[in-house]
Amino acid sequence: MADRARIAHLLRRATFGPTAEEVDAAERAGYPATVERLTQPADDDPGAPVFPARDSPGKDATREQRQQFNQERRQQVTTAVEWWLDRMVTAEHQLAEKMVFFWHGHWATSAQKVKVARLMLGQLQTFREHGRGDFTAFAERMVRDPALIVWLDGQKNTVKAPNENLARELMELFTLGIGNYTESDVKAGARALTGWTIDRATGTARFVPRRHDRRAKTILGQTGDFDADGFAALVAGEPAAATFLAQRLWFRFASNDPIPDGVRERLSAAFTARRNVDDLLRALLTDPDFPGTGGQLVKQPVEWAVGALRQLGVRPARLTDQQRKQLVSGLNGLDQVPLRPPSVGGWPAGAAWLTTSSLQARLRLAEQFAAWAAPAVKNRLKAAPAAGRTEALARLLVVDGWTDRTRSVLAGATDKPEQLLRLGLVSPEYTVH
Amino acid sequence: MDTLTRRKFLIASGVVGAGALAAGATAYTLKDILATAGDRPADAGTLVLVTLYGGNDGLNTVVPYADASYQDARPGIAYDAGEVLRLDDRTGLNPAMKGFHRLFTDGRLAVVRGVGYPKPDRSHFRSMDIWQTADPVRPGTTGWLGRWLDTAGGDPRLAVSFEPALPPLLAGATSAGAAVPTGARRRAPGVTGFGAEAAGEPPLQARAARCFADLDRIDQMITEVRDAQPDDPDADDDGGDPATGTGGRAELGAQLDLVAQCVEAGVATRAFSVSLGGFDTHADEKQLQEILLGKVDKAVTAFADRMAGRPVTVAVYSEFGRRVRANASDGTDHGTASNVFVLGSGVRGGLHGEQPSLTDLDDGDLKHTVDFRDVYAGLLSDVLATDPAEVLGGWTGRLALTGS
Repeated sequence: MADRARIAHLLRRATFGPTAEEVDAAERAGYPATVERLTQPADDDPGAPVFPARDSPGKDATREQRQQFNQERRQQVTTAVEWWLDRMVTAEHQLAEKMVFFWHGHWATSAQKVKVARLMLGQLQTFREHGRGDFTAFAERMVRDPALIVWLDGQKNTVKAPNENLARELMELFTLGIGNYTESDVKAGARALTGWTIDRATGTARFVPRRHDRRAKTILGQTGDFDADGFAALVAGEPAAATFLAQRLWFRFASNDPIPDGVRERLSAAFTARRNVDDLLRALLTDPDFPGTGGQLVKQPVEWAVGALRQLGVRPARLTDQQRKQLVSGLNGLDQVPLRPPSVGGWPAGAAWLTTSSLQARLRLAEQFAAWAAPAVKNRLKAAPAAGRTEALARLLVVDGWTDRTRSVLAGATDKPEQLLRLGLVSPEYTVH
Repeated sequence: MDTLTRRKFLIASGVVGAGALAAGATAYTLKDILATAGDRPADAGTLVLVTLYGGNDGLNTVVPYADASYQDARPGIAYDAGEVLRLDDRTGLNPAMKGFHRLFTDGRLAVVRGVGYPKPDRSHFRSMDIWQTADPVRPGTTGWLGRWLDTAGGDPRLAVSFEPALPPLLAGATSAGAAVPTGARRRAPGVTGFGAEAAGEPPLQARAARCFADLDRIDQMITEVRDAQPDDPDADDDGGDPATGTGGRAELGAQLDLVAQCVEAGVATRAFSVSLGGFDTHADEKQLQEILLGKVDKAVTAFADRMAGRPVTVAVYSEFGRRVRANASDGTDHGTASNVFVLGSGVRGGLHGEQPSLTDLDDGDLKHTVDFRDVYAGLLSDVLATDPAEVLGGWTGRLALTGS
């Protein structure tokens, strides 16, 4: 595999969609240095915008005020979605941002039920601060994350009336995977998590001792007076968690095909030494099987759209309100809007994104993206000699090469840069990576 | 191509069919599709699923008018014995449903009462997900008709929705039905060539290419069905323009009209999904619900009459019913179990299922008496001739609604 192709593959997977210039720079730096740069970003991201915080209106109880409040609350969630899309496009630390998106799909919490933008953004901040290091500390933070608690009914979980939702999903979907715990572990785990409530005024989680079940619990063969931290640390330390995380990361960053045994063992081992997510990530990006996974992932709609916007030089924050609305409604047509995963199981993958219905949505959105493309981008295509424009398009969209099929489709549009962009964005080669 | 091969090709295409297309076979024409009419088993049924979004108030649709607790719980919005269209001496239909009443009298309408699922969820989204995925525990990303499509070969033309976006209902694990907007769609120019599979490309990339071929075939099917039909002056239900670019749902009548055209043209489609929204009647319910039920009644009855004698079955459901007690705004809040209507030529008309008690409640809500999967199982086995357990995760209950 040529060096440039290996580097392009790495960047397509570890970012939301690299620009040609980013591939150039990475090629100069070499593969190992690029992995280092991706996995060890500086503390601040100068490219990333900061969410404009707003005060919640008071909760005076007239009907009109409540409606007004609800409307503003919905508006804040919309603003948060647009803000995050802008951040995904502009963030310089692309892998850091992509990991936030990964964890969002993993601990899949939806604003549909949580409703409050501040809680959703607080969870993203937790992903940002804790999603890259010590997994045990991360799990401990997550079981007291206000958005997750609301999402999985944690505030209803009390010593008198335990609610098993969070305990079950913690083991099944977030840390261990099905088959690695029993129903009695779920029941005991739920008791360990009792007592956490949400303070609506401050949007923080609060522990209320009298709601907590202090009695001894037996979870995964261990007996003790587990509380939320103890339970989270227990599951995060299980051997099954290493395998489970290796599979989930491989599934989203490398391949929708089943993870090969050798890869699973190597990634688990890399994680287990320090139970550190970055160790796992670094092992994944440098695994000998990773370069061979090209063409085995369908870009998720958010990845497809954000990558396209990056390559076309379009920044969501600089679009008109109307255009931003079209962007979000286009993603809705593709069935993937940030902050709104369909269920706690997260978004589907692979062929599920390849339907005639999603193709129609992709065609519409691609047409809009092409119209929004920065003049410089269109000029660069125009500047190429007519015969070289399909290659210029491949460079712009960081596609390794076109099949003859696609080349002949593109050949009909070489004199129209906007058409060329639109066709490139919907081409099978760009849809899958 | 002989009949048997063509039938297999059509029914099992999706993957295989599109591959053959790419290899140089021509796309289907209406003539091909009409010719397949005889290839379908003579009794091959068509299912039309009507989704009422928003949570239709079941107790004011199929009204237990003789139950004193019904009148007590809903002062201001209850119907009395003189207002309802009687089904028997305890039960009556909402006064807006005159067509349904006629179908009931003719023995063509089955009213299934008390349909729901364990641990009801009162969120529109969650509950609709549960109804569409048929999984009350953890609704995933595949719908029950999508999973049926998986077992039927995966050709998107077998399961069609006339809605702007594909409902989760029609998404399978390995295939998905087709969303066909009722309005004229501006076709994206110049992309047809993407439909050809390129030699040696990765399987997912080939599948992305096949989507273009599938979309083309669907476009062609619909265009030809439209062209083959004379313009129907009554098709434009409520005078509204079915083509909306604003995300509003096309009128139910327009959607059903297109379904009727497809059935009459004998297309391969076995399952259609259509819908109407607006049933979230938290306030001033009575008048609003009558308008909406009137639309349903008019559209569905006209469709049933047009389809009389054909093996077409219609099922009408909503994500939940509403609470027994009215709220302070002459409306009702989100509730639980409700009615499902099943109608068509082969349907065993009459009242099915047990009316849930209005006094033995679960936190103010009706307790379901029929599991919704029993209804789906009946439709899968009787209309789509499929083993329900395969689609419903091993579910074995079944409500027999069709046949004698």
